[in-house]
Amino acid sequence: MSKCLKGLALSTLLASPVLADGYGLGRPALPEEIAAWDIDVRPGGQGLPEGRGDVFTGEEVFADYCASCHGDFAEGVDNWPVLAGGFDTLGDKDPVKTVGSYWPHLSTVWDYVNRSMPFGSAQTLEADEVYAIVAYILYSNDLVDDEFELSHENFAEFEMYNADGFIVDDRAETEYPQWRVAPCMQDCKESVEITMRASVLDVTPDQGEDEAAMSDAADGTSDAAAVTEVAMAALDPELVDAGETVFRKCRACHQIGEGAKNKSGPHLNGVMGGPVASNPDFKYSDVFLAAGADGLVWDEAAMAEFLAKPRAYMKGTKMGFAGLKKEADIEAVIAYLKSFDG
Amino acid sequence: MRAPSRRAFLRGSAAAVAGTVAGAAAAQQPDPLITEVQTWASATGEGVDATPYGLPIEFEKDVVRRNVPWLTADPISSINFTPIHALDGTITPQGCAFERHHSGAIELRKEDYRLMINGLVDTPLVFTYADLERFPRENHVYFCECAANTGMEWAGAQLNGVQFTHGMIHNMEYSGVPLRTLLEEAGLEAAGDLADKWIYVEGADASSNGRSIPMEKALDDVLVAFKANGEALRMEHGYPVRLVVPGWEGNMWVKWLRRIEVLDGPVESREETSKYTDVLEDGTARKWTWVMDAKSVITSPSPQAPITHGPGALVITGLAWSGHGRITRVDVSKDGGITWETARLGTTQGDSKALTRFYLDTEWAGEEWLLQARAMDDTGYVQPTKAQLRAMRGENSIYHNNCIQTWHVKANGEAENVEVS
Repeated sequence: MSKCLKGLALSTLLASPVLADGYGLGRPALPEEIAAWDIDVRPGGQGLPEGRGDVFTGEEVFADYCASCHGDFAEGVDNWPVLAGGFDTLGDKDPVKTVGSYWPHLSTVWDYVNRSMPFGSAQTLEADEVYAIVAYILYSNDLVDDEFELSHENFAEFEMYNADGFIVDDRAETEYPQWRVAPCMQDCKESVEITMRASVLDVTPDQGEDEAAMSDAADGTSDAAAVTEVAMAALDPELVDAGETVFRKCRACHQIGEGAKNKSGPHLNGVMGGPVASNPDFKYSDVFLAAGADGLVWDEAAMAEFLAKPRAYMKGTKMGFAGLKKEADIEAVIAYLKSFDG
Repeated sequence: MRAPSRRAFLRGSAAAVAGTVAGAAAAQQPDPLITEVQTWASATGEGVDATPYGLPIEFEKDVVRRNVPWLTADPISSINFTPIHALDGTITPQGCAFERHHSGAIELRKEDYRLMINGLVDTPLVFTYADLERFPRENHVYFCECAANTGMEWAGAQLNGVQFTHGMIHNMEYSGVPLRTLLEEAGLEAAGDLADKWIYVEGADASSNGRSIPMEKALDDVLVAFKANGEALRMEHGYPVRLVVPGWEGNMWVKWLRRIEVLDGPVESREETSKYTDVLEDGTARKWTWVMDAKSVITSPSPQAPITHGPGALVITGLAWSGHGRITRVDVSKDGGITWETARLGTTQGDSKALTRFYLDTEWAGEEWLLQARAMDDTGYVQPTKAQLRAMRGENSIYHNNCIQTWHVKANGEAENVEVS
């Protein structure tokens, strides 16, 4: 905080008169409201709820909620973040910045998992589940053994590997004095050579081809639109609209509609009425492949049962979603899925 | 109708250059656009209300945000880029101002909006949107630049377009309430000595992106904004309320702002430890690198905005900005930094912590150029070269790359992103 104190404006700012009575706007926040929103956890452990979770439990919870993006061993799937490993690479050409190799505070891991994860179902985890996930992430980094249990009691004792790896912004001392000088205008260097060209790498998105692809898609819509209209005829438009809202819970992992692609979950065009695990380009969990081989079809009953309790219905699924509690939501989202048949 | 591909466009522009020997060739034939009555000069056009909320005319449909798909795992947690190659002036229209989401842009109605102030305050308060509109408000123009702007260029020239190298920036006029006013409404007596206090701000979206800000900045020029460029914020920019943190990295400009907590220390959240920290060559990392240092870039000519008109009069233009204050001067070099000439600032006096437009009204004879721009701000800071930055920080910082950019303008008018010695 010393760098803030150096600001010359500070004394002036803090000495300005404060309006005595204010504007009389807003209302006092109730303790329950503050408790609901004030969930940040700080480096000393301030803000942690009571609870505990061990590595063994964490491995199961992680597999359920996290592994579809971060991998079973926190190694990261596709472009999703790697959470483990990378120790002593921070000075290398391509540093691997993981929870283990880079994050300076354990509180940050707890706070982030609790507030922002799982992606698409944030703030649904119980405190004990968060403790367990954090314990497992530490284990996946070889920072604790498999007997380890993390709790509010031992939390503050844990020191992260890179705890001392950070310095406070020192540009004002190291850089600004060098660069606050009168700039050169003539004969600033003897010669200039081109040392690198962007075209060599050729990683720039081609804007022209983007548009061509888009208009290709647009050209192809007439047939698709006709088919969709037929399918839609039997569906209640209000129910489909309601289902679109429910589908927000799904879209972190699943795409649907024109141009939908596989993400960490398969795209869902035509899923209703089709065989289970029928998308040839998606790597399904074994349980889905087995169900598909047995001839299971996604009819309304099967989909409703699956969506109510995914992991009970499909034991071993990698889908990290707890399920839809309301029957109305299930009905609506099925109607929405059906609107993309064909 | 299919839009021509960029490559086809560039071929076309090269041909145009080759075919134009002198700047203003004499007409051989009368121009039918002048001699013949055109449809638009005879038939009527669209009536009012054809588009109750107007969008750019179809001929401008290329002027859009674009992303770089390989950068991120998923567009829900990603970034796109402002088409600065095709804009002029300084204000960025909201509809093409870059977006950066951590868990997607959310739909939050004004009626459902609540802002809480808690922590070390005399009375923790909850405000509705309507409450915010009853505080005295101000208007200010500020740039918002993502700390990762130009971040893909640390290790070399990589993306061939100023939209992609420098487009994580926008500049808007914000209407809102000074954060200081709201903090004083809750009362800061309970906080005691404010010199070592912080605020923590977080959003209402699923990422609830949160950042810690020293009290000094919070009481200085931070704004709780609900309008941009005169109209409501767009959903993608935090409708109905976002934080504006002038001159500081965009990640701190929390969107869908829902809570402000007064604290006696920083939270050290994910966004201020594992991200938005700058790894130096030896592996240690700088944290709390909030200020965006002075920076400039030529937007035209540039790879997406080649010279298509042949030799003669040419306007070189670009943008300059500094998180420390005002831009006082921009120099342009055509020879890769050997000689420099001072450009004309397009605003009489640039706004503090806002984009400044510059112009160099010049002549081009069809020769090759290595075009650069170099900004100075009112603290005397001179924009560094990439070599200077690398010597200081190495190549792994990701964030805060404010180096001088070079475009290689070729004889056919095309431009390419290059690095020079």
